Amino acid sequence: MAGYSREVARRVFAQEFRESTLTFKDGEDQYAPQYLMTPTGARVNRLFIVGTLVEKEDIGTDSEYWRGRVIDPTGSFMIYAGQYQPEAAQALAECEIPAFVAIVGKPSTYTTGEGDVHTSVRPESMHIVDGQTRDLWVIDTARKTLTRLKELEGGSDSPDVAKAKEYYSPDVKHYYSMVSQALVSLKETY
Amino acid sequence: MKETSQEIYSKFQELGVEIPLQDIEDRLDKMVSKFKVPKEEARRSVVNYFLKEHNIPRNQFYTGQSESSLMKISELNVDGKWVNIKGKVVQLWENTHESISQVGLIADETGTIKFTKWGSAEFPEVTEGQSYLFKSVVVNEWNGKFQLNMNKSSSVEQLDEDITVGTSTITFTGALVDIQSGSGLIKRCPQCNRALTKGACMEHGKVDGVYDLRIKAVLDDGIIAQDAIIKRDLAEEMTGLTLESAIALAADALDQGVVLEEMKKLLVGKYYTATGSRVERYLLVDSLVQRSAMDPQELDELIAAAEVV
Repeated sequence: MAGYSREVARRVFAQEFRESTLTFKDGEDQYAPQYLMTPTGARVNRLFIVGTLVEKEDIGTDSEYWRGRVIDPTGSFMIYAGQYQPEAAQALAECEIPAFVAIVGKPSTYTTGEGDVHTSVRPESMHIVDGQTRDLWVIDTARKTLTRLKELEGGSDSPDVAKAKEYYSPDVKHYYSMVSQALVSLKETY
Repeated sequence: MKETSQEIYSKFQELGVEIPLQDIEDRLDKMVSKFKVPKEEARRSVVNYFLKEHNIPRNQFYTGQSESSLMKISELNVDGKWVNIKGKVVQLWENTHESISQVGLIADETGTIKFTKWGSAEFPEVTEGQSYLFKSVVVNEWNGKFQLNMNKSSSVEQLDEDITVGTSTITFTGALVDIQSGSGLIKRCPQCNRALTKGACMEHGKVDGVYDLRIKAVLDDGIIAQDAIIKRDLAEEMTGLTLESAIALAADALDQGVVLEEMKKLLVGKYYTATGSRVERYLLVDSLVQRSAMDPQELDELIAAAEVV
């Protein structure tokens, strides 16, 4: 019996997250974990994001249901927290905007009538952090994304890379420039 | 068939017993051809027969050919593998079962593992603080944890050297993504120091617990999620909450959970570098430093790497 192991929180920039459309389950079991595959081949069941919370709104009718928008240098993450994410919902309700926040959460997708896939984050937790942590996250995420891009280019034989290639045939340059843009924005603030 | 009998023959010869080759071959042949026993089974049964005949203990025959190799404790991650281990008995526990002779912990420079010496193991009891070479012990997985079993075919040799334990420290840098339940203000059993769940100790039942602070954190670097345990003094240092103030906080709120909440607020979502020793799946943290400023040089390097195309 293999012990339960916690899903690693992946680092993905908002732009790449928004451009992700492939979800799949690892196995047939109804409890098998659900993954979102990003264009550069990150297999995401859990995410770690640090960014600026710029908007929040309670869009619930009967009970509280919070929507927030978190900005990183490449775009924004939509986050939704309701009664099943009590910790995060409470944190959203209490916090003032704008604020630097660190979010650990699960990816979720929604397909519109037109067949467009919208990605959002269902936060497990949200905490207020400082600007330095946010900068560290940008560096961290840039590094992880570059590693994935290298694997895409280098013809790595990992199944995740193959899957991402086959499904997205990603424009590697597009993502290199996304990373570059994020890093340069960091440089400018120095 | 010839080969197998030859093999068995020479094996017994090593043990100083001369068995006519023809006898072995006849027996094997009878098993395989007449009684349709698979070859491997036939071989085993023939060996067992002659062992009994000549009164040779089984382990004497099998240890010689055992494939157990000398391994480090941190490498023990395959259920059912036979290994040899050089290690120091660092702790012996009270054993609870009559068929068990001794239970405790063995450590080497790479880690610590629980061992069970069954009553069937035919070597004298080990003593705490002594280093040994354990031969032909078997790795066993239970509840996702690995342990060592010493049984009939195991043996032990005392070592003169003193094995230094747990000196291997590991460093892990990542984001602190979660603090798990069982953290914050907890109570421990005054007898065995185990953390209590709902006021009861697994071993000693309902007891008057002793307060303690600890943090069971998950550090995540995007590749690995590492469980880490932060003990009281370090937890106090990181949060600025002393045990006394935590108790006061909990008393005010009539809820121990507020301490955990407070710790989460202070620590989760930030980047840390933790140093400590590994015990099973946990990192026992000796030092925890928040990574604050980013390194401009690192930034420049990454920018260069992103410009490649």
